[in-house]
Amino acid sequence: MRKTRSLALTALGASLALALAACGGTAGGGPQQPAATGGGQQPAAAAAKHNDGYTKVVNPSDKAGGTLKFALSDEPDSMDPGNTYYAFNWNFTRLYARALLTYEPAPGDAGLKLVPDLAEGLGEASADGKTWTYKLKKGIKYEDGTEVKAIDVKNAIARSNFTEELTDGPKYFAEYLDAGEYKGPYKDKDLANFTGVETPDDYTIVFKLKAPFSEFDFLVANPQSAPVPQAKDTGLDYEKTVLSTGPYKIESHEVGKQFNLVKNDQWDASTDPTRKQLPDRIEVQFKQDANDIDNRLLAGQLQVDLGGTGVQPAARGKIVADEKLKDSTDNPYTPFNRYMMISTQVKPFDNIECRKAIQYAVDKVATQAPWGGPLGGDIGSTLMTPTTVGYQAYNLFETPENKGDQAKAKEHLTACGQPSGFETNIAVRGDRTKEVQVAEAVQAALAKVGIKATIKKYPSGDWSAQYAGKPEFVHANNLGLMIAGWGADWPSGFGFLSQIVDGRFIKASGNYNMMELNDKAVNDLLDKGIQTTDPAERNKIWAEVDKKVMESAAFVPFVYEKTLIYRPANLTNVYVHPAYGMYDYTWLGLSQ
Amino acid sequence: MLGFLVRRGVAAVLMLAIVSFVTFSIFFLIPRAMGQTPEGMATRYVGRDATPAAIQAAVKRLHLDDPILVQYGRFAAGIVVGVDYSLGPRKAECPAPCFGFSFNNNQPVWPTLMDRLPATISLAAGAAVIWLFAGVSIGVISALRRGSAVDRSAMTIALAGVSLPIYFTGLVALAVFAYALGIFPGGGSYYPITQDPRQWFQALVLPWISLAFLYAALYARLTRAGMLETMGEDYIRTARAKGLPERTVVTKHALRATLTPILTIFGLDLGLLLGGAVLTESTFSIPGIGKLVIDAIRGNDLPVVLGVTLFAALFIVLANLIVDVLYAVVDPRVRVT
Amino acid sequence: MSPFLEVKDLRIHFKTDDGLVKAVDGLSFELERGKTLGIVGESGSGKSVTSLGILGLHNRAQISGEIWLHGEELVGAGSDHVRGLRGKRMAMIFQDPLSSMHPYYTVGAQIIEAYRIHNKVTKAVARKHAVDMLGRVGIPQPDRRVDSYPHEFSGGMRQRAMIAMALSCDPELLIADEPTTALDVTVQAQILDLMRDLQREFDSALIVITHDLGVVAELSDDILVMYAGKCVEYGTADDIFYRPEHPYTWGLLGSMPRLDREPSERLLPIKGTPPSLINVPPGCAFHPRCPHAELTAGRARAEVPDLLASQPGHLVRCHLAPAERRRLWDAEIKPHLETQ
Repeated sequence: MRKTRSLALTALGASLALALAACGGTAGGGPQQPAATGGGQQPAAAAAKHNDGYTKVVNPSDKAGGTLKFALSDEPDSMDPGNTYYAFNWNFTRLYARALLTYEPAPGDAGLKLVPDLAEGLGEASADGKTWTYKLKKGIKYEDGTEVKAIDVKNAIARSNFTEELTDGPKYFAEYLDAGEYKGPYKDKDLANFTGVETPDDYTIVFKLKAPFSEFDFLVANPQSAPVPQAKDTGLDYEKTVLSTGPYKIESHEVGKQFNLVKNDQWDASTDPTRKQLPDRIEVQFKQDANDIDNRLLAGQLQVDLGGTGVQPAARGKIVADEKLKDSTDNPYTPFNRYMMISTQVKPFDNIECRKAIQYAVDKVATQAPWGGPLGGDIGSTLMTPTTVGYQAYNLFETPENKGDQAKAKEHLTACGQPSGFETNIAVRGDRTKEVQVAEAVQAALAKVGIKATIKKYPSGDWSAQYAGKPEFVHANNLGLMIAGWGADWPSGFGFLSQIVDGRFIKASGNYNMMELNDKAVNDLLDKGIQTTDPAERNKIWAEVDKKVMESAAFVPFVYEKTLIYRPANLTNVYVHPAYGMYDYTWLGLSQ
Repeated sequence: MLGFLVRRGVAAVLMLAIVSFVTFSIFFLIPRAMGQTPEGMATRYVGRDATPAAIQAAVKRLHLDDPILVQYGRFAAGIVVGVDYSLGPRKAECPAPCFGFSFNNNQPVWPTLMDRLPATISLAAGAAVIWLFAGVSIGVISALRRGSAVDRSAMTIALAGVSLPIYFTGLVALAVFAYALGIFPGGGSYYPITQDPRQWFQALVLPWISLAFLYAALYARLTRAGMLETMGEDYIRTARAKGLPERTVVTKHALRATLTPILTIFGLDLGLLLGGAVLTESTFSIPGIGKLVIDAIRGNDLPVVLGVTLFAALFIVLANLIVDVLYAVVDPRVRVT
Repeated sequence: MSPFLEVKDLRIHFKTDDGLVKAVDGLSFELERGKTLGIVGESGSGKSVTSLGILGLHNRAQISGEIWLHGEELVGAGSDHVRGLRGKRMAMIFQDPLSSMHPYYTVGAQIIEAYRIHNKVTKAVARKHAVDMLGRVGIPQPDRRVDSYPHEFSGGMRQRAMIAMALSCDPELLIADEPTTALDVTVQAQILDLMRDLQREFDSALIVITHDLGVVAELSDDILVMYAGKCVEYGTADDIFYRPEHPYTWGLLGSMPRLDREPSERLLPIKGTPPSLINVPPGCAFHPRCPHAELTAGRARAEVPDLLASQPGHLVRCHLAPAERRRLWDAEIKPHLETQ
């Protein structure tokens, strides 16, 4: 159940310019523009411009020292790498927790390439694609000087996916590993009973899958594969005492208040080419006032808004009005597509012509406005966002200036047998102001072609369990249109598409395929794709799926969401890491 | 006096029980009455991709499927005898008074409250000193010079002070004194006095002033009105007829009578603030009770909300009690019975 | 030798939003030590303001004229100087002792405070003095009652305490403003007796201010009748009670409550209400209420009558000819009062 408040793994396929071009990004493909790969290699630019952090490393420097300050308006679900689902934390926890794999530290497409972290190399898949093997680098130590062992990785996977207590992170391993009725390490202390992962020796980790899964490497780039020794595991309390493998270690953690890191002297840069260790200290304050965070950023009293979700409307207004300030910002895509789904099971939308009428009737400039206009996101026409690997730009339902085409909409209404329009409902999460505004924009546009749409608001807490995610409720309440959003956990077409378009994932409750689209062609393509080991071939299949779904006219994309993040002048080695959609927190340093 | 205290104590406990039950109901009873299932409620407290099994586990762990009264009883019992709670490999003990564990970050509520209390006390006490001194002085001067330029400008500013919300004055104060001029540190710079008294003081100056401004304005108006009324009393004329110097008339005779009702309001205001200055603490990111509760409300963190509500209610009840006793001390006509 | 207290052409005016209030408008009188002056009038006639003016407690009102106390002029004197005299040489007993005593301080503390402003003594000495004073005004167990609060006293006891406070510094001039209004009839008599006794004992000059001629009947040597800020009749008690010449005074006499008469049966009720001091009627201020105004051939409406001596020491402000006034009293008013 993805929630928009946070961003999970994102892919950043292309720069802004490339996003406009009809060119798909490719996972692991070569960089499509010069990208800095290390601090100091980039000649010092005169003055950084808007979006410079998006294409290159700004302020490259090897200067060490200082205290790097982060703040967050909320508190994270947990600082335990095994128990967090926030994109910023998948980025931030790397400072003290190394996973098996990670992403290349570089802006642009280069950053989407998976590289070894604790592992010696990428995973080796068996011929049937159901067994993935990783070898640990030798001599990697925890902050207490003890060596990292394969069994610790196994424990990390077991605790993060198979216990009742650690509920906050995703459960992909539980879903894909062949672990039988394993009860987790808190109920069953003998890790030997966890058959989903095997450790034939101290440096080898073997994952046993239920079915072939060609994108498994993406899963172990998740911080859940960061090792946790069973003896040190304190469950929910572990977030206070995470045993570090990274360049920093926890000095203190007052939950919900303050989190301080200091340098870890057991960290060896020679085993870790992806991180830096520049500031002396790193401090994070939680639950700070959101507007005050922006003010402190602008005043230089704070370096990073940990959330990475961009500045608040007040600061946004200030930045847009001031070219100089704007040059200190970047405007990256988030992994989110904001869209509307049309239920193919609610009359009259069982008729594709009526769905097409909606496609032409909506005014996408009006639905972009609530997100903050062009800085808040680009107008969309596909399922996958430009930063998803496999994305191809196309538009099946073009309208003049994206503002809707009433004549065409009426043609399709006539073809649908509803020439004078009809009545339907728009379901929306009532506590999400922006989405309600989108619903209102849709309502206004539909009214122009004679479709009378009533807005139905539901609480977001039960949106998926009780309302829009429950087909029975959708049918009973005639919810033809549903406003929603989706972001992928890892930067591939499969990560983005499978949950929302696979007809076999239509669930009685907690359903995300609210179109209730069950197209055998789509389902088969997804199966074929996940078994295809060649990335280029695989990405083509994802693009095909995208197009097939758009042809059903049940998916109405509104915007590919973007954020506006501020880059304080005293921050060094700043670039937007494409895998996280925010600055690479492991590279940051201070110039003073 | 003893009978009074006993009766008030019983009433206080009863009131706290009612407050806790009402708060509990708002979070549990009403959602349930409106068709919310235990599973639906549990989804708030598990991860985003929680499997049905994980949701079931959370339902069990948080006892969301028990009847409401049983849930409430468990909560109430926890306060008296404490509870145990699973952190995973081991159990965590929560000794009495146990207000439970935060649903969101699994921290026991009581220690969290105790941890946040010093910040709130620092804020409230400092601001109270300022506003009491400033508000009363301004009110007295205004009353004694009724109609003068001093009076009119003071009352205009006071009107502004009463009307402007703290998140406005606070943000303006921050923007000017912290970010533009750099005289004081910005938000989130609070340090406990035990760790760094200097930083503690500097960080609290703006919050104190912002909060005190609001209250000082209120108190200036109250004092002025009270003072004007008192100065017209017959016993003030008597005091003058005795040949008392005007200063003695004002301080000994008029102020004492004026301050009595203000003392009552002050006690209640302070009690209320000790339960958390939500807006000020949020605006300046001070980790106090108010910040804690507003975040807990946003996060549907029932145990924390309940804990803070009871805590705040306790302060208010205590403040009421103290004010009543104090009133009797100040005004001999009043006897607590 | 000049009299102990001499007030000359006293005027006290207040500025209000509605206009100038002439609370006291040209009042003159004198008083010797050991003597008692009664100032009588309805509420709003300016009698209380007069007493406040003498004590310098008229606040921001404009004051003019002269007040001589034992050869010292007070109107032009500095306010600090007058303050030093207050409580010591001139003291006041207020109406309604409950509201006139500070509710938060004990009776003793309030007497001690009054005594210590003017006498450099220790608290213990002052306390002893307070107990003495309470004893002298007839409060039983004064050593215990000294620590009581005003609300713990009965009305009569409070008034006694008030008197004790006023007399604590042995003042030469004592002003009692409606000293018995708030009390019931039997207590009234006790308090009046007490005041008479104490006045003799202290040999002070006493001004008794009241709306009730009965109060001053036995107490006063001289009586001054005020109406709308002005003196309308001034003379000895005998003059006022046996030879009153002003129709207003007749009205007051007619309104006197007497034990042999029901309060509701008033022979000569004064018609109408006292005038507003902002819009005082032209001519004689009393003419709209005067039953004999038509006998003045219109002068009552046109001219302000002067305060003229009818007999030596008996001053009357009336347009009616003195002979006419005496005729009216003897022929009409007096028999009427007596038949009742």
